[in-house]
Amino acid sequence: MKRTLEDLQKRYNSSSSEKRSVGVSMPGPGGGPRRGPGGPPMRGVKSAPPKNTKKTVRRLMSYITSYAAPLIVVLFLMLFSTGTSLVGSYIARPIINNITDLSTPAQERVENLGKILLVMLCIYALGVVSSYLQSRIMLHISQNAVEKIRNDLFKKLQKLPVKYFDTNSTGEIMSRFTNDIDNIEMMINNTITSLISGTITLIGTFVMMIFTNIWLTIIVVCFIPIFAKGGAVLGKHSSKYHSKQQAALGAINGYIEESVTGSKVVKVFNHEDICVDEFELLNDDMREKQFKAQFFGGIMGPIMGNTSQISYAVVAGVGGLLCLFNGFDIGGLSIFCNYSRQFSMPINMIANQMSTVFSALAGAERVFAVMDTEPEPQDKENASSMENMQGHVIVKDVSFGYTKGKTVLKNITLYAKPEQKIAFVGSTGAGKTTITNLLNRFYDIDSGSITIDGVDIKDIKMDELRKNIAMVLQDTHLFTGTVMENIRYGRLDATDEEVIEAAKAASAHSFIMKLADGYNTMLDGDGANLSQGQRQLLNIARAALSKAPILVLDEATSSVDTRTEKHIEKGMDGLMKNRTTFVIAHRLSTVRSSNAIMVLEHGEIIERGDHDDLLNQKGRYYELYTGKKELD
Amino acid sequence: MKRWFKYIKPYLPFFIIGPVCMIVEVIGEIFMPKFLSMIIDYGYYNKEATGFVKAITDITGPGRNFILAIMGLMILTAIMMMVGGIGGAYFGAKASVNFAADLRSDVYKCVQKFSFSSIDKFSTGSLVTRLTNDVTQMQNFVNMLLRMALRSPGMLIGAFIMSLTINPKLTSIIAVSIVILITCIIIIIGKGFSRFSAMQTKIDNLNTVAQENITNVRVVKSFVREDYETKKFAEANADLKKTSFRAMSLMIFMSPIMTILMNLTSVAILWFGGNMVVNSSMTAGDLSAFITYVTQILSSLMMVTMLFINLSRALASGKRIVEVLDEKTDISDENARCKNTTVEKGDIEFRNVSFRYYKTSEEKVLSDISFKINAGETVGIIGSTGCGKSTLVSMIPRLYDADEGEVLVDGVNVKDYSLYNLREGIGMVLQKNLLFSGTIKDNLLWGNDTATEEEIIKAAEHAQADKFVTEFEKGYDHDIDQGGTNVSGGQKQRLCIARALLKKPKILILDDSTSAVDTATEARIRSAFRSELNESTKIIIAQRISSVIDADKIIVMNNGVITGIGTHDKLINSNTEYQEIYYSQTEKPEVNE
Repeated sequence: MKRTLEDLQKRYNSSSSEKRSVGVSMPGPGGGPRRGPGGPPMRGVKSAPPKNTKKTVRRLMSYITSYAAPLIVVLFLMLFSTGTSLVGSYIARPIINNITDLSTPAQERVENLGKILLVMLCIYALGVVSSYLQSRIMLHISQNAVEKIRNDLFKKLQKLPVKYFDTNSTGEIMSRFTNDIDNIEMMINNTITSLISGTITLIGTFVMMIFTNIWLTIIVVCFIPIFAKGGAVLGKHSSKYHSKQQAALGAINGYIEESVTGSKVVKVFNHEDICVDEFELLNDDMREKQFKAQFFGGIMGPIMGNTSQISYAVVAGVGGLLCLFNGFDIGGLSIFCNYSRQFSMPINMIANQMSTVFSALAGAERVFAVMDTEPEPQDKENASSMENMQGHVIVKDVSFGYTKGKTVLKNITLYAKPEQKIAFVGSTGAGKTTITNLLNRFYDIDSGSITIDGVDIKDIKMDELRKNIAMVLQDTHLFTGTVMENIRYGRLDATDEEVIEAAKAASAHSFIMKLADGYNTMLDGDGANLSQGQRQLLNIARAALSKAPILVLDEATSSVDTRTEKHIEKGMDGLMKNRTTFVIAHRLSTVRSSNAIMVLEHGEIIERGDHDDLLNQKGRYYELYTGKKELD
Repeated sequence: MKRWFKYIKPYLPFFIIGPVCMIVEVIGEIFMPKFLSMIIDYGYYNKEATGFVKAITDITGPGRNFILAIMGLMILTAIMMMVGGIGGAYFGAKASVNFAADLRSDVYKCVQKFSFSSIDKFSTGSLVTRLTNDVTQMQNFVNMLLRMALRSPGMLIGAFIMSLTINPKLTSIIAVSIVILITCIIIIIGKGFSRFSAMQTKIDNLNTVAQENITNVRVVKSFVREDYETKKFAEANADLKKTSFRAMSLMIFMSPIMTILMNLTSVAILWFGGNMVVNSSMTAGDLSAFITYVTQILSSLMMVTMLFINLSRALASGKRIVEVLDEKTDISDENARCKNTTVEKGDIEFRNVSFRYYKTSEEKVLSDISFKINAGETVGIIGSTGCGKSTLVSMIPRLYDADEGEVLVDGVNVKDYSLYNLREGIGMVLQKNLLFSGTIKDNLLWGNDTATEEEIIKAAEHAQADKFVTEFEKGYDHDIDQGGTNVSGGQKQRLCIARALLKKPKILILDDSTSAVDTATEARIRSAFRSELNESTKIIIAQRISSVIDADKIIVMNNGVITGIGTHDKLINSNTEYQEIYYSQTEKPEVNE
């Protein structure tokens, strides 16, 4: 059942580099490797052009314009160093003219040479110092600016609602931090200075050329349209093939990602040969497109470079003739030839940097888009800080939908008193988790009201509200750091003793003591060196440490096996004491002892009551509870 | 090296002609300044011509015509250089692109032949990086190598030789500055490497903080730790800034040093050379050419440095690719004795099977497992997580091979089947199962690509998937996203079961693949097994007792050994392990989606 190339391209191309967090791409036309050793994979030119260039540039510039004084210094240093290099190369003219001037005695010529060289040395020294200072200051500015952009982005991220994280993948958000900011950094670091110094050099060289010899300058100027036209045509071709290559690369990488990630399934279904065949289709397509891209990218240099060699040849010949018949000096010829060769360099440099500028601006636009996203609602002016919250929760006629028109919860009403345990039971998508999302205002309700101790949650300071609701989630989230640090996340000012106390309460203490360094054991990223059950115990300990009067357990034990759950249960009971607890559970075991059980279906509470009530009702709960016997 | 030659060989002409073209360009570039010096010395100063120059002056005479002739030669050279450059780009691209495509294809095929243990060893994520990033890295390097490897050293050597022929004494100045430059480069790169790797660590740190913050956003928000996180990030950020400043400030040193050296060398050459010109022991034209050569030599030296930096990266990538290519496929059917045998009945027997994941590790995952399953039986396997259940069933389709003992299917050792025939006879639903991007139908057809519409629907019905599939707007043509993220866990599991059912296997293995399906639906799936796959052997690994309670046999496992085999009634009376699991679940049945 092999698919065709078109089918494969269509399918895998949409999921290309844009979505992936690690961008793998070939260098763009003229854009070589740009990172220091050991840097992350380099990234080619983004094809998407920035949309609102002017505004983005202005905003990006605002990050460096706070360094106005140093920037002006940089500009002067740049002017100065470019000037010295132009003058430095000009000095070869009097030197050559001096030493070949047969009318002056040899001794005097040597003395003159010494003097000129001394001047040259001074100019060079000044030039080097100023160019070093310039890059040093610029490095300082760019690093600070990038640091600020990163901090701003992160700070903004902290203010974004949960909804933002639910609708954007982690990889996507991360690529703002990695690729996009990298591109911006590259631009601030190199591009700005190269663009300015390139322009200065270009103008300066041109002035020097006119100054040296107007006729030869005219010859060089005649070549400019050839450069411009040739560059434009080649550039267009090469970027066309380059984007085709990127598309092919995206398709093949997408295919590799999927088929290698699923390679176990591939084997179980004897699908290896089909995979290889499909891969070969994409690979051959890639071969063809990549060749074109590489070829057109590759001839840019030789064609442009050697056209400038031709102009060099013409300049040398005509210049020689001018020397013979028009009194042009040999020193002048010598430096002019060098100028004519250098003339195309800043043009190329500027052209190359433009692609960096575009990808940086596109990146900046995406970063700013995040910064402009609507943050979580502000606290109301007279919002209550709810000291001494009791945990008396009333949910009244609440309806809610994640997107407009699609209601997830319909007219939910329930009461929870302190020390009560309220459970939600129902199938996936029935809206169990949604209720808890509304309680701590991860999402805001569409209609109805939720009050705690009689105060509407919208009138409570967001921070205070959340501090008073401790959550244990199904996905066991841990941070890189020690066990101690992870538990302390529940309450930052907790002493070591309190942390240990909480761990004991969650029956996590005994396994922690068995770890290599006890409470100081380092956990990596997702706590991969712990079992699922152990990770969950740490989460429970974290919640236990927090003194929140309301506790939400969202599928807290569904990923551990039944025997481990038994073990955790003890910890849970300790946790639930003295708190209003909301439990969402997979297994009815966790739910049985609840004061009230809500059976949810399609966003509505269809049954409620305690375990015995519900069994007596012989409704849905009864079916579920006795399900296996009945349905078998 | 020999290994890489395999990918070079078919394109050897390209690999040779490409650099040859480059050499043409280099030679031209080296001769250009020499031509200018001829114009100055022979065209302007009318120096006594010898050799090559004399041959020209003999035809053109001195002065104007000579200069025009040299100009013509220069233009010709430039055109040749252009041709050389274009040729170099053409053959270089041909060579590197094909090299990479062949390499990528070989690595991919190699991965397709990997056994499960090899996949586990590398992890799929790392394999993906190796296939994409590392191969691209190699390709870039080959491309660069073909374009620059000969060019820069060629330029270096050529320019050096030219300067030697012009003036050996002045060349010694160049030699000294080359030595100084190389020393500086080595020091800077040596220092730079550690600073850049320090910077990389800081980048990773920063990314970890951001990544954890994003994935744990609910935790952060519910504990109101935004400020704490911001502080943590700002610290990591400041740290990164400091380290990258250190690394970068070293790099910005590079260009001034280079400039100083270049300038000092020029000044020295102008001084000594100027004196020679005054003494008439050197011509002005040669001096002007000489200075151009200094620039050429030093800048090509910088290029060579770049090449080395890239080489170190390519070597790292190359090493990672070689690791994949070198991985021994430890599961193969080369020595299979009954290659044409197919699985006909579905009898299974384990004889004293032991297994460990790493040959070096002490702990056995399975030790001394023996049991027999008759064709058509339903067998449940139960036990706590990590006790070896999955590994055990993986040995039947030879996803792993036993270290000791043997596994037999229909009385034949699994190692004696061809892998294709063996796996064709077994339908397996893996614990971590995957759907591929494509329509639902595309995915189901994996089980049997000749299946008719009716067969597909029937399989889906039996897996209790038909109902929700038909609720999709496009039904069986509903598009599944990569990784199957747009269907729920339970739906995914049911589709995976349907996919395996389409295979009409003699042996069906379900590795904890109904965990997200509710008990009632699961029961219906099992009853479909009974009616539809009556003759097939069915092995069901489960967490829930209810999933296996009516099996013909239940195998209870703990820590890699079988603690009991028998029916529910037998085990509930005799096996403590089983009793424990049973009582942790009874009175407490589960609800689920």
